[in-house]
Amino acid sequence: MDTQIKFYQTGTFTVGNRLLTEEQRTVQADMHRTNSLNSGHRACQGCGEALGARYAIDAAMRATGNQLIAVNATGCLEVFSTPYPETSWQIPWIHSLFGNAAAVATGVAAAQRVLGRTDVRVIAQGGDGGTTDIGFGCLSGMFERNDDVLYICYDNEAYMNTGVQRSSATPPTARTATTPAVGTAPGNVFGTGKNVPLIAMAHRIPYVATASVANLRDLEQKVTHAMEIHGARYIHIFVPCPLGWGSAPEDTILIARLAIECGLFPLFEAHDGKVTSRTPIRRQVPVTEYLNKQKRFAHLFGKTPDTARIDQMQRMADQNIADFGLLQ
Amino acid sequence: MLKQTEGSHAVAEAVALCRPQVICAYPITPQTHIVEGLGEMVKAGELVNCEYINVESEFAAMSVAIGASAAGARTYTATSSQGLLFMAEAVYNAAGLGLPIVMTIGNRAIGAPINIWNDHSDSMSMRDAGWIQLYAETNQEALDLHIQAFRLAEELVCPVMVCMDGFILTHAYERVDMPTQRQVDAFLPPYVPRQVLDPSDPVSIGALVGPEAFTEVRYLSHHKQLRALGLIPELAAEFKKTFGRESGGLIRTYRSEDAETIVVALGSLNGTVQEVVDAMRESGSRIGSVSICSFRPFPLAVLREALRSAKRVVVLEKCLAVGLGGIVSDGVRKSLSGIQLNGYTVIAGLGGRAITRASLTRLFEDAERDELEQVTFLDLNADVVSHELERESRTRRTGPTAEAILRRIGTVASQIG
Repeated sequence: MDTQIKFYQTGTFTVGNRLLTEEQRTVQADMHRTNSLNSGHRACQGCGEALGARYAIDAAMRATGNQLIAVNATGCLEVFSTPYPETSWQIPWIHSLFGNAAAVATGVAAAQRVLGRTDVRVIAQGGDGGTTDIGFGCLSGMFERNDDVLYICYDNEAYMNTGVQRSSATPPTARTATTPAVGTAPGNVFGTGKNVPLIAMAHRIPYVATASVANLRDLEQKVTHAMEIHGARYIHIFVPCPLGWGSAPEDTILIARLAIECGLFPLFEAHDGKVTSRTPIRRQVPVTEYLNKQKRFAHLFGKTPDTARIDQMQRMADQNIADFGLLQ
Repeated sequence: MLKQTEGSHAVAEAVALCRPQVICAYPITPQTHIVEGLGEMVKAGELVNCEYINVESEFAAMSVAIGASAAGARTYTATSSQGLLFMAEAVYNAAGLGLPIVMTIGNRAIGAPINIWNDHSDSMSMRDAGWIQLYAETNQEALDLHIQAFRLAEELVCPVMVCMDGFILTHAYERVDMPTQRQVDAFLPPYVPRQVLDPSDPVSIGALVGPEAFTEVRYLSHHKQLRALGLIPELAAEFKKTFGRESGGLIRTYRSEDAETIVVALGSLNGTVQEVVDAMRESGSRIGSVSICSFRPFPLAVLREALRSAKRVVVLEKCLAVGLGGIVSDGVRKSLSGIQLNGYTVIAGLGGRAITRASLTRLFEDAERDELEQVTFLDLNADVVSHELERESRTRRTGPTAEAILRRIGTVASQIG
């Protein structure tokens, strides 16, 4: 980010808005924020996706002067936001199918060009299932054509809307309804899954970033930056799911922060396929601190801890730290 | 303007005259020449103010079309066969959302076994998706129907499929009368959406609908099609006034007024049927035919009127409802509820099997004597079938069926009659 912020509130690592100039304050701190995803929706307590979407879309609204259309894949966000006759969306919003949000957004963007509405920008959004699995073909197509769409994936690492089944974003050993914590290798298996931010970068699209609800200022800035760019853009946001992860609703931010600090979820930006910035880890925490707060990993911490698998998770975190140079 | 051109290019030109704003292109035989033609026109600057998008699948093609149409653009795509099945989920979605997309189907069989030739299995599989389905008899009608289709789709906010027989029409060079831009503009006003994604008037489109409203939403889709039963003939009449020729409508009858035997068919097959009707009329037969242009909505009332005085109806179908027989026959028989006459279903032309005048003559003569089975497969090679059945009764591990049959038949050329 352009502005180096050096004042931190003691103990929290977050920056108080009052320490900043008005321009540096968050979109959410702005009285004129659009509340694009308005209150009253049906998300669970502590839902990371609702939080991430609220910050992301409000930031995109401010960046575009409120000239925004959103396309939503089927999933939690779609269901909890539009329990008609109520809708939380204060922006033009369309849901078509589970696997086609990127393509529908391509169509919306094409219509804006042909109708001469070049000021109107388009966002597609979905969960990890709708992005990394069933919507992956359409996503890759939108990337390679460099369509003028920002795609946001809210990654809660499984199919939560259908009852917590494994997706290709589910981490190893995690318990889901289709990777139960039974047998000699409980939970999801090692050596599977895909890293969509890196795949997005391989398309050489103008902008790729990861973000987290633990760092909402960073999230807002990345969305804002993405809206300054034309062409295909991708932001992958880490959003804990208390229901699916078996974590306490009040721990959503804490868990998201631990995922960053242990190295399992690196925060970075990439322009034109090259990593251009990463958020350093100030104090690396062991993965156990992240894992032991979630019931989906509870089988690792029984009477005899599964040190082999915990070590394997630690090696994954260490590898990320080495790959992205997160310890500086 | 009269010109000699390929069916696909004629359709491409007609679509271009309709001023589409977004076109999604994905190749599949035998539809491909249409989107190629449109791509060339966009690239050459002949078709302006149009976004031509090369997508990565038919599912994406229909999805891009959904987005473009919901954002207020006149949207077109084309597909065939497996492509239509691959986009099936989005096909239903487009209709459910009430988006007036126009799509050409270059009718082709569905595999396995894989087959690129013509029958109606593809579009018939989507008959209940909520789209209007119009079937073209000739290349002229195919191009004319597209002009009517945009008007129809946009008035009803309901997507329309124009179905034209793969290869038989798409790849045939015929003389067509290409309308002028001014004629088309007079017939087809600019698209004004009923619902549109617009930041100045935000709406949510595509919300979850529960049991409290789902039936009503579905009924209104049905109601649209019932309205189309009136609108389709009206547009055909208006089209005749503007363009000076008959195209479209619900059905077309041919020498059926005093006919005892009436043949019902869809699409290009009607040309051959009419020739056989003429020949049989000359030798004293009281035979006629009905071409169904609008399969969805299904024209029950006009069909009943056309068929009610006949003694028998032969429905020629280029598709098979496996385990039942005919698909078109179901509708035809429904239209004849309470009327006593003999009804026959004939499955013909599957996977491009040639439907010859000789075969049809034999078939219709059998029908006149009421010597047809309820469901007949035209020119079915009984030897091949019985040999394969016999082989299957002898051995467990018979291997793949289609390949065994091909081995026995030998070269393809010898099968074309």
